Formats: sequence, structure tokens, C-alpha cells
Amino acid sequence: MISIVNLEKKFGDLEALKNINLEIEPGKVTAIIGPNGSGKTTLIKSILGLVKPEGGKIFVNNNLVNGDYSYKKDIGYMPQVARYPENLKVIEVINMIKDLRNSNVEIDNDLLEAFNLKVELNKPFRTLSGGTRQKVSAIIAFMFDPQIIILDEPTSGLDPISSSYFKDLVYKEKEKGKTIILTSHIMNDIQELSDSLAFLLEGKIRFHGSISSLLKNQEENRLERVIARMMMEN
Amino acid sequence: MKLVNKIFKYELSNVLRSRWMIFYTLFFLAISYSLFAFTNDSGKAILSLMNVIIVVIPLVSLIFGTMYLYNAREFVEMMLCQPIDRKSLYFGIYLGTSVPLSLSFIFGILLPFIVRGDVSEQFGLLILLIVTGVLLTLIFTSIAFFISLINNDKVKGLGFSIIIWLIMSVIYDGFVLLVIYIFKDYPVENSVIVMSVLNPVDLGRIFFMLKFDVSAMMGYTGAVFQKFFGNTLGMFISFISLILWIFLPQYAALKNFVKKDF
Repeated sequence: MISIVNLEKKFGDLEALKNINLEIEPGKVTAIIGPNGSGKTTLIKSILGLVKPEGGKIFVNNNLVNGDYSYKKDIGYMPQVARYPENLKVIEVINMIKDLRNSNVEIDNDLLEAFNLKVELNKPFRTLSGGTRQKVSAIIAFMFDPQIIILDEPTSGLDPISSSYFKDLVYKEKEKGKTIILTSHIMNDIQELSDSLAFLLEGKIRFHGSISSLLKNQEENRLERVIARMMMEN
Repeated sequence: MKLVNKIFKYELSNVLRSRWMIFYTLFFLAISYSLFAFTNDSGKAILSLMNVIIVVIPLVSLIFGTMYLYNAREFVEMMLCQPIDRKSLYFGIYLGTSVPLSLSFIFGILLPFIVRGDVSEQFGLLILLIVTGVLLTLIFTSIAFFISLINNDKVKGLGFSIIIWLIMSVIYDGFVLLVIYIFKDYPVENSVIVMSVLNPVDLGRIFFMLKFDVSAMMGYTGAVFQKFFGNTLGMFISFISLILWIFLPQYAALKNFVKKDF
């Protein structure tokens, strides 16, 4: 359960987030959408404590963000751009994160097979392609069985096979009752995976509610059309 | 502390594998070997080495430190998503950068000395050289981290680092001489002492030369230090000032790191 109260963030003169209030329901997939530069990544990074907001509060499972850092053990995060220490091997980075989290879970073998990552484990990161790095990020995000999973444009660098496998994976995690936050520009993915939707525009939330009721109200069956209409109206 | 150790361990294994670090070690090996092999007087060789490290260590620590932190930005992001606090992360990265730089330097100097140098006579002096070099590495890595954290633009940060190096290694001496020349009719000793404390490169040189006791190499600031404090107290004061120079930029950098948006 994540609740965001009166969140404000400025980067110099730019107001990235303006008085955001949002309750992210547990056990559901919430999609955050909006045009480029609307504040999606800033919002996600505020939840993770990577960005320090000017005002407002965020609670993750009733822990105040920017107080105790231990709440992060319940979060798995897959960033938009995945970069790692260039000289370390994949397996070393994974072991490092395991060590930092004091965990001794094994890497999911099916996942490794599906992503074709077995051969890449012993290669240093500087030799990996963007898509492969993103797969490693996905493995790290899901590996520790976190209660909350945050995915920032997860499918943008994946090939169709990996992408569809990835969506199945997200679906499985959702079935397990995980709270998932997802950003994407691919509306089909969002319609397929998400329960509710937060639409951000210029740092404000313009809409927050369930996707099915939104579609019903607008008498549409494709989310893409509804969103395009909303963007044009504003 | 346990977290700092863990992060340090991984940073160390990452940095030690970088090509830069290998070049840096080879550089010291080559310089040091040629000096110890071609001069019979190890004392002189150490003095020449001192003149090299006082220029090279600040430059490499500044550039490597600045670049490393810029390149580690995504790594920092990734680490901050794990349950760790920012202070431990900062010190883990700082030690992970400054310790390998120091180790490269120590190894590059020590090996040729043991093979070709006058180990029985000049060991104490070599230790002093190593202490000076390590202090300079720690100081300039922390300055580099501060510069890198206050500038989000890589090119600007790198430019800044080079300017700081130029000022402290090259321009500062001229500036001090100019001040002495302009105010030659007044007692300038006190201001000269203040000026040398403000420049860690100068401090490092004074710290080393006071032990070596060659007045010709001491420079004006060193001579004033010696006259004012004597050798022992002078060394003590320059040492304390060098330690302060590690902590002041460090404190500013850490404060920035804790508040920063990633």
C-alpha cells in the first residue's frame, strides 16, 4: 500500500510534480501514463527515495519515505535505463545485490532460460546490449519476491518474445497479489495488464480510477483512443 | 559499517579491473624503476619521485574521481533502490575509488624500490613519500567527488577539476611569489603560512621536504614554515592541515550526496 499526500517537486524553475495525491491500492496493477516529461519517472523515483521532494509525504506500507530506508526491501524496481558497473560480470552484480539484501535466494532458472541469459551471466556488463541489460534488471526486480514491484517502461527495449514472456511474468505476479506500478507508452500493454490508471499531465493527476469504468464511461473498448482524446482535450 | 564494507568490496573489484588503474600502476612502476635503477643515490631518486607524484597524483585523482562518479550515476541509482542508506553508499564509493588509487601508487613505487633501491638506508624516507602520496590521493578524490556532485554536467565538472589542478599545482606558486614581491617591504610570513595551508599540493610538498631538510628544494613557503615552526612542529602542522583537507571537501560532498536527486 502506497499513499502519496500533497507531493511537490521542483527542478529549478520547472515544477515537475504539483500537489500530487494518490493512493495505490495493494494487490493491483496501477499504470502511470502521460506524455514525455509529465513527471512519471519523477513520481516513481520519489517513491523510491531517489528524488527528494520539496513538500508532501509518501508512505510505503505505513513507513514514511526518507525516514528509515528499510522499506526498500519490499520493493523491486526495474529502471527505464539500466546501467551497471561496466567491469563487473552479471553474476557478480546479482550476487552483490543478494549480499546487500542479506538474501540467499537462487536465480529463477525458468526466467534465465526464457530470457536466454545463461550464457551472459559470466560476461562483464560492458559487452551486453541494451535489451540484455534490461533483462538483467527484470531478473533483479523480481528475484527477491518483493511485495511491491515498480516497472518503468519495462518492455521498451525487449524483443517480441521476451516482451510477451515478460508480460506473462507480470500477470503471474499480479495473481500472487503483488502491488505493481507500471509506466509505459504502449497502451495495449497497459490495457492488458493494469487494473487502474493514473494519468499525469504537466505534473498533475488528471485522472485516477479503474480502467474498466473509464472505458465504460467513454463508450470505447480501446484504451489508446480514450487516452488520445484525454490528451487532446487538455 | 558492515554496509560500507560490502559496497567497498564490490567497488574495489570493479575499479581494480579498469584499464586506467593498470596504466596508473604501470606509470609509477616505470618512473620509479628507471629512477632507482639509474641513480646510485636512492635519496635523490626519492626526491625526484616526490616531484613527480606531487603533480601526477592530484591530476589523476581529480580526473579519475570526477569521471568515476559521473559514470557511476546509474550504479548509484541502482544501489539506492536497495535497502541501504546514502551515507554508507557514499563512503563505500569513496573508499572504493581512493583505496585502489592509493594501492596502485604504493605498489608502483614500492616494488622497484625493493628490487633496485637502497632499502636499508632510505626506507623511512620512502614511507614518508608513500604517506604524502596517499594523503594527496585521499584529498583530491574527495575534492573530485565534491566537484562531480555539484555539477550535473560531465564536461563542466571535468573542466572544473582541471582548473582546480592547474590553480593548485601550477598557478598558485606564481601567485604566492607575486604576493611576496608586491608586499616585499612588509612582513608577509604570516600570510605566506596561511596561503600554503590553503593549498594541499604545497602542504604535501612542505610536509615531505621538512623531513628531507634540503633548503634549496623547500621553496619560499617551506622555508617560512621551517623558520616559524621548526622541522618537527612544521611537519605536525602540515600533517594536521592535510588531514583537514581530506575532511572538509568530504563533508561538503557527503551533505550534497544525501540531499541529491538521482
